[in-house]
Amino acid sequence: MSKDNQILEELTSKEYEHGWSVNYEADEAPVGLTEDTIRWISTKKEEPQWLLDWRLKAFKTWEAMYEPKWANVHYPKIDLQSLKYYSAPKQASKPKNLDEVDPELLDIYKRLGINLNEQKRLQGIAVDAVLDSVSVATTFKGTLSKLGIVFCSFSEAVKEHPELVKKYLGSVVPMTDNYYAALNSAVFSDGSFCYIPKGVRCPMELSTYFRINAANTGQFERTLIVAEDESYVSYLEGCTAPQRDENQLHAAVVEIYAGAHAEVKYSTVQNWFPGDKEGKGGIYNFVTKRGICAGDFSKISWTQVETGSAVTWKYPSCILKGDNSIGEFYSVAVTNNYQQADTGTKMIHIGKNTKSRIVSKGISAGKSQNSYRGQVQVMKRATNARNFSQCDSLLMGDRCGAHTFPYIDINNPTAKVEHEATTSKIGEDQLFYCNQRGIATEDAVALIVNGYAKEVLNQLPMEFAVEAQKLLALTLEGSVG
Amino acid sequence: MLTIKNLHASIEGTPILRGINLEVKAGEIHAIMGPNGSGKSTLASVLAGREEYEITAGEVSFKGKDLLELSPEDRAREGVFLAFQYPVEIPGVSSTNFLRTAVNQVREYRGEEPLDAVKFLTLMKEKMKLVEMDQKLLSRSLNEGFSGGEKKRNEIFQMAMLAPTLSILDETDSGLDIDALRIVSNGVNQLKSKDNATIVVTHYQRLLDYIVPDFVHVLYKGQIVKSGTKELALELEEKGYDWIKDEVDSNATV
Repeated sequence: MSKDNQILEELTSKEYEHGWSVNYEADEAPVGLTEDTIRWISTKKEEPQWLLDWRLKAFKTWEAMYEPKWANVHYPKIDLQSLKYYSAPKQASKPKNLDEVDPELLDIYKRLGINLNEQKRLQGIAVDAVLDSVSVATTFKGTLSKLGIVFCSFSEAVKEHPELVKKYLGSVVPMTDNYYAALNSAVFSDGSFCYIPKGVRCPMELSTYFRINAANTGQFERTLIVAEDESYVSYLEGCTAPQRDENQLHAAVVEIYAGAHAEVKYSTVQNWFPGDKEGKGGIYNFVTKRGICAGDFSKISWTQVETGSAVTWKYPSCILKGDNSIGEFYSVAVTNNYQQADTGTKMIHIGKNTKSRIVSKGISAGKSQNSYRGQVQVMKRATNARNFSQCDSLLMGDRCGAHTFPYIDINNPTAKVEHEATTSKIGEDQLFYCNQRGIATEDAVALIVNGYAKEVLNQLPMEFAVEAQKLLALTLEGSVG
Repeated sequence: MLTIKNLHASIEGTPILRGINLEVKAGEIHAIMGPNGSGKSTLASVLAGREEYEITAGEVSFKGKDLLELSPEDRAREGVFLAFQYPVEIPGVSSTNFLRTAVNQVREYRGEEPLDAVKFLTLMKEKMKLVEMDQKLLSRSLNEGFSGGEKKRNEIFQMAMLAPTLSILDETDSGLDIDALRIVSNGVNQLKSKDNATIVVTHYQRLLDYIVPDFVHVLYKGQIVKSGTKELALELEEKGYDWIKDEVDSNATV
């Protein structure tokens, strides 16, 4: 092994920071997945009949489906019957405001660096904190409701705004969409709901923080964002999980609706437990994220920094239905040790003069496998559609893999589609050059990687970008020689 | 300042340096010349700590410390600077960001406070003038898309920013036109002081018209086979290296 690889090895072998777990009394569904499980969840959540019916329909659909096998990831078959589908921290009664939330739960978030105490929080970000299956707290609700903005847990939305949930649930990601989306539709427990009324510009970043704590529990959250005409919202999502030997399943669905002239920015910093150095444990992250630019001149922009999970299967996509609508996808995906990621996007051009931009930066280290999979589809009536895709791969060491699977499907001759791809290696030359100027190797790697990912990091809200930069450096710490 | 004794180094089992002896004192400029493949660049790389070379014998002391024991970054922090023959490109990292990281890590090593943004910028502006650097280059990605001349100027600019005690210029003249050569040499000359020293590795005498050496050494087959003053460089320019090769090779067969 060359010196270069040794340093890579060291740098990438940094331990996961959020690997702790907390013991609290929990309300849990019995192990296994049957119709009864779904009824149990629905009853627990005091749901209306229509939602139970919807879940049961999804369950029937799911039963007839097969797990997708086309992704470039390998893992042992998941025994879905051995999982618990609901786990909620027991609280004496439902908290009405933050003061009533169990301090122990608030403490969990504090340890993650997320202070749910509104007064002490940095201004400008409202947080919905989801622990295992339920939302434990949402901050700044009052401030937001004055503008007519709804930002709450999904369960609350079902109770308070059933008409909105009914109208949009499954409208972007139908329950029949894929195996995991169907599973999620049947058993989803909580998540965030966000509604921005017409003409309102949301004055703060909305953020959901997901934390898996319980063992042997699948997390199936559902996020629904509706931005009415001429509205704007920027949404952030963060996630961590404790370090456990066994694998845990996370299968979320995110749906975004954007009306005419509306703009939604969705940023994710995904830091689920990636498994240990030998590839033991870690989260299986099988997520369906999709937005529809329903109105003319609407815009949806996905930005993701993916550093965690043992296996990632995720393609945040845009359906560009409105004329002149814009879809964007900016991604940095880092894999290290034995992590596997198959991630990318789909841009479906339906409306005229629709534009999409894809910037994907993969970084592979250790023995990991990192794949970009993207589809650009231009439909018949999408005159003057434009797409630009750029897929870069950065390799660290000589035992990892980078793969690119671009699919392009053009049905209109006026379309203009560009695809650029590069593959590079962090060279011994680059590291030596930095060393020779007095820069330590770990800092050199951070510098080089952040330089490489700059275009994507620039898309993140400022505070988040700083976090993401640190996370990148941390993930790769010990990985270069 | 720098003492090299009987230094042997090889790469993948092939010996390149076969017993180098050299003494460099503060305030001096030494030129290392020699035909292709004589080990000039290897010597520069070994001093800077490039890891693919294996040191098989000998010792190097720098300001009283065992240089060979130090990591490449610690050598840099101690004041060894290598101007690369082929400066490396780092996409997405601006020269400014790169240099600020470097300067502050060196300062930290020396127990000094990091420079704040304003002080750093002031220092940069001052040093840029030395090599007539265009400020636009500083916000661009390091060396990416720079012309050959710009890259070499940037090396000397970095040298000015880091203020090393020992600078090693590895064929800094290669690929430079006459104007760039003048600018680069001017920069080097202005940075010269009684406290620092420079080793100029070059193939041609031309550079030495601008950077006038106190000593000239000829490297051949991994050894310094001849040392002299700047007149030796002129002699080499006139007569080539063959006479030295003949001298060495005939001695070897005797």
